[in-house]
Amino acid sequence: MSFLEVRTVSKAFGGIRALDACSLSVEQGSITGLIGPNGSGKTTLFNVITGYERVDAGEIRFDGRAITDAKPDKVFALGIGRTFQLTRVFPRLTVLENMHIAIPRKGIRGLLKHWGPLQEQRQALDLLDLVGLTTLKDEPASNLSYGQKKLLEFALILVVQPQVILLDEPAGGVNPTMVNQMAGLIRTLNEQKGITFLVVEHNMEFVMGLCHMVNVMHRGTTIAKGAPDLVRKNPAVLEAYLGA
Amino acid sequence: MKALRTLGLLALLALVLVFPVLLSPNNAVTDMAIFTLIYAMAATGWNIFSGYTGYISIGHAVYFGLGAYTMALACQHWNFPGGYLPFLLLPLAALVAGVFAIPLGFLALRVRRYAFAVTTIALMFIFQLLAYNLRGITNGSNGVFLPQPPWSADVFDLPFYYVTLALLLVSLGLSWRVRHSKYGLGLLAIRDDEDRAFGLGVKTGSYKLVAYVVSALFAGMAGAIFAYFIGIIYPQFTFDPIVDVNITTIAFLGGLGTLAGPLVGAVLVVPLQQYLTVEFGGESLNLVLFGAFLLVIFLVLPRGIVPSLQGKWSAWKATRAKAVRLSSAASKEQAVLAERRERL
Repeated sequence: MSFLEVRTVSKAFGGIRALDACSLSVEQGSITGLIGPNGSGKTTLFNVITGYERVDAGEIRFDGRAITDAKPDKVFALGIGRTFQLTRVFPRLTVLENMHIAIPRKGIRGLLKHWGPLQEQRQALDLLDLVGLTTLKDEPASNLSYGQKKLLEFALILVVQPQVILLDEPAGGVNPTMVNQMAGLIRTLNEQKGITFLVVEHNMEFVMGLCHMVNVMHRGTTIAKGAPDLVRKNPAVLEAYLGA
Repeated sequence: MKALRTLGLLALLALVLVFPVLLSPNNAVTDMAIFTLIYAMAATGWNIFSGYTGYISIGHAVYFGLGAYTMALACQHWNFPGGYLPFLLLPLAALVAGVFAIPLGFLALRVRRYAFAVTTIALMFIFQLLAYNLRGITNGSNGVFLPQPPWSADVFDLPFYYVTLALLLVSLGLSWRVRHSKYGLGLLAIRDDEDRAFGLGVKTGSYKLVAYVVSALFAGMAGAIFAYFIGIIYPQFTFDPIVDVNITTIAFLGGLGTLAGPLVGAVLVVPLQQYLTVEFGGESLNLVLFGAFLLVIFLVLPRGIVPSLQGKWSAWKATRAKAVRLSSAASKEQAVLAERRERL
């Protein structure tokens, strides 16, 4: 059984079948790519895995347990973090405050204590250092560039030491230097901390250079799966992309 | 800088403490100060919920009214004489407001943002109607009298002033504590992106409800003091949309979601409103002038006084730091050139 498994999941919005008996498996410790034309259901798949949308049919399992109906907070607490296609950080909070949102605190007394005690500050600053945002820690997140917001969003989910990270277009709309920085970061976290990645991306160079395995989606379902080089040559994939 | 700030705050506190005894020229001004303190407390409490979460409640008059009627009816029921005793009913007024706020908040918070604001307005009018029609309890439109304190005119205002001031300090202390707590950070995250906050483990439902109930406690106490100070209450002046307009205007003007905003807003809005009513109320120009005042403030300081001034101050500091860096670089350059010239 795979680490993260989506089994024949369907999801419709009115008359549009965003996911149509879609299946996908992600192996532990892998960097798995998820590509497909616009509107093929990639983001919806992310939404159902992370509990932001409920499935109409099918099952989702993570590390042997069913998470099909789990809500986003539960999925996050179980160890699945995600970023969004359009970054979702807290714009009026500072970069450091953003980081602290994700640090869990138990009990009423814990919640009433200061939001940033020394130990938690260190944890947050270490992660900001990892993504290169330490110097901007006191800036409101709204002042960051789009790429920096992506890095902040990435750092934010690392706070809970997730086992799987779902990245929705991490390289979208950012400059080439930052794309390389992002790829390096993913590779480091995968190799050193063993974090599993599922990456949605349109930048083929990024996907092919980074991923161990690539899944291709079209019209709400996966149509191909394999090593990047093989997928690239798959006729079904070419047809989906080029309409050939 | 921190010491200077503490010193400034202590000086301000000393000024407020001696105001009714040494500075206030007459009782009318002290009355105005009491209304200012009442609204500052209500707005500070309101800000803990609406300011921090971004959910604008336009129905806190429900709790203002519940507090007022709790004070009036409890005094009547237990035959409390005028004096210090009714002040002991303030926690009861807060409790009644808080108990009502739990189911009402639970219902209203099923919807978001604008729908929530509209729901709270509806709740306020429902309670006003109830106060009119549950005559057996509220005496309907005939109102309820409160006991008259036995104090002479010279010192009449003082207990009201100091009790309200103490409660305002409590509300400010709580607001500060919440703002700097993990819980408060969660409230601010809800304001910025509620679904994302929920996804990161913030229990958004209970966070909002607790803040809503806490804010109702202060509105309840504000209503109770208001009732005792005025001496008689009617449904239309307690479950009153004007109370909500005042609280929201004060908080928006001062700066939503800031600690000092509601205080600054109350100090400006309440005395100005009363002054304009006295001076221009006869010609009904007071509302026109007050509206013009609001327009000017929002034109010049669109985010409210405190955040706008904070923004301008930060921008000025950044410009100044840059100028200092540039001038220091220029002087270094000149020194190097001068040294070279000497060598030549």
